[in-house]
Amino acid sequence: MSDMNFDEDLSGEGKKEDKPKLIIDGKRLDGRDFEELRPIKIEAGILKRADGSCYLEMGRNRVVAAVYGPREVHPRHLQDPSRAVVRYRYNMAPFSVEERKRPGPDRRSVEISKVSREAYEPVIMKELFPRSCIDIFVEVLQADAGTRTACLNAATVALVDAGIPMKGLITSVAVAKVDGKLVLDPMKEEDNYGEADVPFAFLIRNGKIESIALVQMDGMMTIDEMKKAIEMAKKGAMQIYELQREAIMKKYHAEDIEE
Amino acid sequence: MGEEILMDIKRDYVLSRLRDGERIDGRKLDEIRPIEIETNIISKAEGSALVKLGDTQVIVGIKMQPGEPFPDVPDRGIIITNAELVPLASPTFEAGPPDETSIELARIVDRGIRESEAVDLTKLVIEEGKNVWMIFIDIHALDDDGNLMDASALAAISALLNTTVPAERFGLGDDFPLPVRNLPVAITSLIVNDLYLVDPCRDEMSVGNKLITITSDKNDNIVAMQKSGSYLLKEEKFYELIDVSVRKAKEVREILKEI
Repeated sequence: MSDMNFDEDLSGEGKKEDKPKLIIDGKRLDGRDFEELRPIKIEAGILKRADGSCYLEMGRNRVVAAVYGPREVHPRHLQDPSRAVVRYRYNMAPFSVEERKRPGPDRRSVEISKVSREAYEPVIMKELFPRSCIDIFVEVLQADAGTRTACLNAATVALVDAGIPMKGLITSVAVAKVDGKLVLDPMKEEDNYGEADVPFAFLIRNGKIESIALVQMDGMMTIDEMKKAIEMAKKGAMQIYELQREAIMKKYHAEDIEE
Repeated sequence: MGEEILMDIKRDYVLSRLRDGERIDGRKLDEIRPIEIETNIISKAEGSALVKLGDTQVIVGIKMQPGEPFPDVPDRGIIITNAELVPLASPTFEAGPPDETSIELARIVDRGIRESEAVDLTKLVIEEGKNVWMIFIDIHALDDDGNLMDASALAAISALLNTTVPAERFGLGDDFPLPVRNLPVAITSLIVNDLYLVDPCRDEMSVGNKLITITSDKNDNIVAMQKSGSYLLKEEKFYELIDVSVRKAKEVREILKEI
């Protein structure tokens, strides 16, 4: 132990040697500014059988969310007599990534499912539906970094589409550090070769960010950078929030006219 | 049923003491329980450590063997982290395949070590692209009196610091000490209303599972973070938690340097 050198400077070491440059002339590889989101497309109510559903594209991510419930809990012993049980299943299609992913839950998706569920649990008004469950299923059809954030954004719209009462909307976006700079909503290359990745999800109520529903991080960042990252994420989240609202309005507005 | 009533009583007790600004075991809000680290306790393992964090006890064993590198990083050794919450450690743990809690635990410990680049994986290549050293970090909980997370992370880095690469056994030259060059320390806090309790013990956990783990390295960089549990975190609290976690990690790191 005594002969080990802990004063060695680690910045710029390790996996970063042979990485491509990710910021060229102040622009990102796909031409975006540092604080710019990827193009987002959201459509509510795209599945017939589910009680609520949503299709979402965020850059090259393509995800589908479906909500079933409130419905009976199976297996029954999971029932809670005082509130609804919330379940969240994040799943990647085998063809969603470069190298085929073995079907079924792996450790990564188990963890993502857990933290995502924990983001919704305090937001969904579970007390209104005792002994029942609300199932949220999200499927990643094509992955290009930030799938958990894309899925959360889709799940929110699907929950609203299913008519589940909530205290507000969950909106999620990540911030990464690449080539020493903070960037919003990283894409695959930035995620792979970047120095840090921080996915956030916020509870937005009445058009205002109220609290943090999810935060994870891996990589290396100073305390100051972390504080800047959250500011950047909040701005991005507000833009996504508007798109989520638009998607919901669009579906329900159209239905009104038909009547 | 008896267990549940007991939990209610404990929760009331924890909360009533907190109203007077006290923790049930007399600690300050940001005070960590006494830490004891014993290393090299398993001679069959390449490295090992038993960590006692108050009454919480975790043992980590390191095993190493040559194996094929991951195709995308042919010039790096491999770290595989696993956690077993064996039923002997708590009346609530059950035998069987790892559940989401143990998967999350292993992944948070893993991220701290990986992202701080604590182990110099470039020095663990036997033949590039073909043969590298694989490090298996196995976390074995012995007694869960709360905050297995920090105890496990501490046991893992302690064990790595005392690991010898078993080159001789595999006919690959002389044994050598595992190159460790950073000291990630995880600090977990329990959020209770407007307060947070650093290093919560099991009885304090009766107020709920609202946790956040922030891992920082020897240069006070944040290297991993995870909000765990169903709750919403206020942004101001988040900033405070980052500061306190980095500060407490420094204290723990001093103990780690002495082993």
